[in-house]
Amino acid sequence: MADSHTDGAFVEFDRVQKSYDGENLVVKDLNLSMPKGEFLTMLGPSGSGKTTCLMMLAGFETATHGDIRLDGQPINNIPPHKRGIGMVFQNYALFPHMTVAENLSFPLEVRKIPKAEREAKVKHVLEMVQMGDFGGRRPAQLSGGQQQRVALARALVFEADLVLMDEPLGALDKQLREHMQFEIKRIAENLGITVVYVTHDQTEALTMSDRVAVFEDGRIQQLAPPDELYESPDNSFVAQFIGENNTLEGVVKEIKNGIALVQLDGGGLIDCKPVNVTKAGERTRVSIRPERVEFNKERLSADAHTLKAEVLEFIYMGDIFRTRLRVAGKEDFIIKSRNAPDQVRLEPGSEIEIGWMADDCRALDA
Amino acid sequence: MLTTVGGKPLKEALAHAQSRAKRRAFLLVLPLLAFIVVSFIFPIGQMLYKSVSNTGFTISKDFGTGVSTPIMTNLAEWFEENPQGTDPDETAYAALAADLLVLRELKAPGQAGTRINYELSGSRSMFTKAARKAKKLAPPFKESIIDLDEDWADPSLWQAMRTASSAVTVNFYLAALDRKRADDGSVEMVPENRQVYVTLFKRTLILSLMITVICFFLAFPIAHLMATLPMRKSNLLMILVLLPFWTSLLVRTTSWMIVLQSQGVLNDAMVATGILADENRIQMMYNQTGTVIAMTHILLPFMVLPLYSVMSMINPSYVRAARSMGATSWTAFRRIYFPQTVPGIGAGALLVFILSVGYYITPALVGGADGQLISNLIAFHMTKSLNWSLAAALAAILLGAVLLLYWLYDRLIGIDNLKLG
Repeated sequence: MADSHTDGAFVEFDRVQKSYDGENLVVKDLNLSMPKGEFLTMLGPSGSGKTTCLMMLAGFETATHGDIRLDGQPINNIPPHKRGIGMVFQNYALFPHMTVAENLSFPLEVRKIPKAEREAKVKHVLEMVQMGDFGGRRPAQLSGGQQQRVALARALVFEADLVLMDEPLGALDKQLREHMQFEIKRIAENLGITVVYVTHDQTEALTMSDRVAVFEDGRIQQLAPPDELYESPDNSFVAQFIGENNTLEGVVKEIKNGIALVQLDGGGLIDCKPVNVTKAGERTRVSIRPERVEFNKERLSADAHTLKAEVLEFIYMGDIFRTRLRVAGKEDFIIKSRNAPDQVRLEPGSEIEIGWMADDCRALDA
Repeated sequence: MLTTVGGKPLKEALAHAQSRAKRRAFLLVLPLLAFIVVSFIFPIGQMLYKSVSNTGFTISKDFGTGVSTPIMTNLAEWFEENPQGTDPDETAYAALAADLLVLRELKAPGQAGTRINYELSGSRSMFTKAARKAKKLAPPFKESIIDLDEDWADPSLWQAMRTASSAVTVNFYLAALDRKRADDGSVEMVPENRQVYVTLFKRTLILSLMITVICFFLAFPIAHLMATLPMRKSNLLMILVLLPFWTSLLVRTTSWMIVLQSQGVLNDAMVATGILADENRIQMMYNQTGTVIAMTHILLPFMVLPLYSVMSMINPSYVRAARSMGATSWTAFRRIYFPQTVPGIGAGALLVFILSVGYYITPALVGGADGQLISNLIAFHMTKSLNWSLAAALAAILLGAVLLLYWLYDRLIGIDNLKLG
C-alpha cells in the first residue's frame, strides 16, 4: 500500500472510510496516492468499493471519514462542479436532447467561455477522437463505439487535469473494446492527463494502466504495476483474481535458503517461494500460473521436486494448448503451452510428471 | 424489380408470407374495434348529427308506431318560394293554418312549439292553442290567426319558423356561442343578460388551465422524489398518490365539501387558532375556489404518473455528468434534467387539461353558481331543458377545442413524444 503522506502526490486518499447505512463499511481505510500523469486502474469484483471511491473523488459521494486531496487541497467539502474533474460514465450519459457538438460545448458554456473559442475547442477535441464529421448528430444516432468517443471527448474538452472513467468500455464488443483501450491510453499519454479508471475486466486493467489497485472487500489488496501484479501477487485473492491460476493447499514443512518445502494435502512435496509464510507448520495456499508449469523433464533442474499428474483433457486453442490435469487429487489443474512446431500434444489418459521453478510457485496465505 | 429465387416479385412474396400473421392480428383487435365503433364512434357521430339536425319542426315521429310524418310542409314550401325578408302574406297564413290542422291530427303541436320555443320563449303555448282551434280557422287566415294571439304577427317568430323549417341548421351552434339570427337572417349577439355560453367556455378553459398549472407545480417535486427515492419508499409514496384513485369520486368530492364549507374543518381550525375571526370565515366552496381545489386534488395523479414514469427513466448519471462538467445544480436541472421531463409534462398537462375541460360531478357539487363549467350546462340541456341539439352543439364545440389543442400539442412538441406511463 502507498504511504499516506506522499509529497507531490496529485490525488491522495488519506484513511478514507465510507458507509451508506452506518452499519457496514463499503470502503475500509483507503490510502492511495498517485502522481500527476499516472494512469491508475481500480480493479475489483462488483461490490468491492471501487466505484464508491471514484464517486467520492468526483464529489457525488461524501467520505464518512478521512481526507481526499487533489493537488494538495482537501476536496471533501468542494461540490462536484467546482472540482474540475472530467468524467466518463459507464453508460456515457450523453445528453439525449442535445447534438454531439452541443454536448461537448456544454462544459465550456457553463464556464462562460466565448462562443468562437468554444467552437474551436469542440472541433479540436472531436478530431482528436476521430469524430470530426459527427458534430450535428444526436447521441441516439451514434453506435456504441462512437458514443464512447464522444463521452471521452466531453470529459477532455474542458482540459481537466484529472479524468475519471467508470467502466467506460463495458458496453462495447470485444474487438471494439480492445481498440478503444489503446486509443484511450494513447490520448491520455499525449495529453499528459492523470486518469483514474475503474473496471472489473482484468485484461483491460493490465493492458492500460501504469499501476493497478486491486479492490476487494473495501480495501486495496495490492497496488502495483501490471507485471508485478501478475507475476508476484501479494495474496491469494490477487492471485486468483488476476489471470488464470492453479492453487494447491498444504502445510509448510520447512523454509530453507529462501525456498519453502510444502507438503500438499493431496500428497506430494513441492518447492515454493515463501511470500506470506514465515515458519514451518503454517497452512498455505500455493499459486502457480498455468504457463509456468513445465512437463518436459529436461528443462527442470535435476534436484527439483516434481508431482505426478494424469492428463484429463486436451484443448486446442489456436495459439496455445490448454491441458487439464489431475494433480494431488484436484482435477482442475491447468497447464498452457505455446503452439510451437516442436511442442508436445499430451494425450488424455497419459501419466506425466510436472514441475516448476521455485520462484514461480508462490506460497500465499491459506 | 426484386424477385425471389422462384421468380415471384419480392413484395408480393413478402405480403403473402405475412398475410396469415396480419389476419390473425386483425382478428385479435376486432373485438376492441367493434366495441369502440359501437360505444364510441357511433355515439359521437350521433351527437354531431344531433347538433345540426333540425327535425323538431319538420318531422313528427309517432313513438307508438314508429311512423315518421313530415309536418309544416305547406309553410316550408312558402318559405322556399319567398326569400328572406318577405313579409308573411295571406298565403303564408293559409299555409300555417293548413299545417296547424295537420299538427292537431298528429297531436304534435307541442313538439313543433317546443322547437320554436328554443329560439323564442313563450311560443310553445301559441302553437298548442292555435292547433286546438285549427278547425275553426277560416279565411282570411291572416286576421283569424292574429286574432288568436297577436304575437303571430311578430317578425322574429316568422324568422324562427323559417330557420326551423330546414332540416339542417347551424342555429344550435350560434346559440351555443351566444348568437342568434336577427329578424333579417343575419347573425347577431343575444342580449347581454342572456349571454351565458361564451363566458362559460372561457371560464372552463381558464379554470382548466389553472388546474393544470397547479397540478404541474404540485406534481413535479413529488414525481421527482418518487423517481429518486429507493424502491421501498417510492412505492409507499406511489400508494399515497394513488389512494384518491381507490376512493369514489363522490366520496372525495363530499370530503372536500366537509373540509371547505364555511362551518367546515378548515374554517373551524382557523377560527379556533385565532387566525380568523368568527365573522370572517372564508367562503371556499360554492365558488371557483372550491372547484379548483377539489379538481386539482382529483386530477393530481394524472399529472404525477406520466411525470414519474418519465423521470424514473432519466438516468441520474445525466445530472452527475453535468455537475462534473462544472454546472451548478440549478444549471444541471434547467439545461439537462428539465428538458428530458418535457414529454411527461406534456402528457400530464394534456391529460389533466382534457379531463378537467369535460369535468362534471365536482363542479356540480362544489362549484355553486360561479364555479360551474360548460359540462354542467350540457348536462342541464340534456336532463332539464331537453334541448339535446343545443347540448350536442356545446359538446361538439368542446370536442373541437380539445382536438385543436391536441393538434397544437402535436405541432409544438410532437405526439410521439408523449409518455403516458
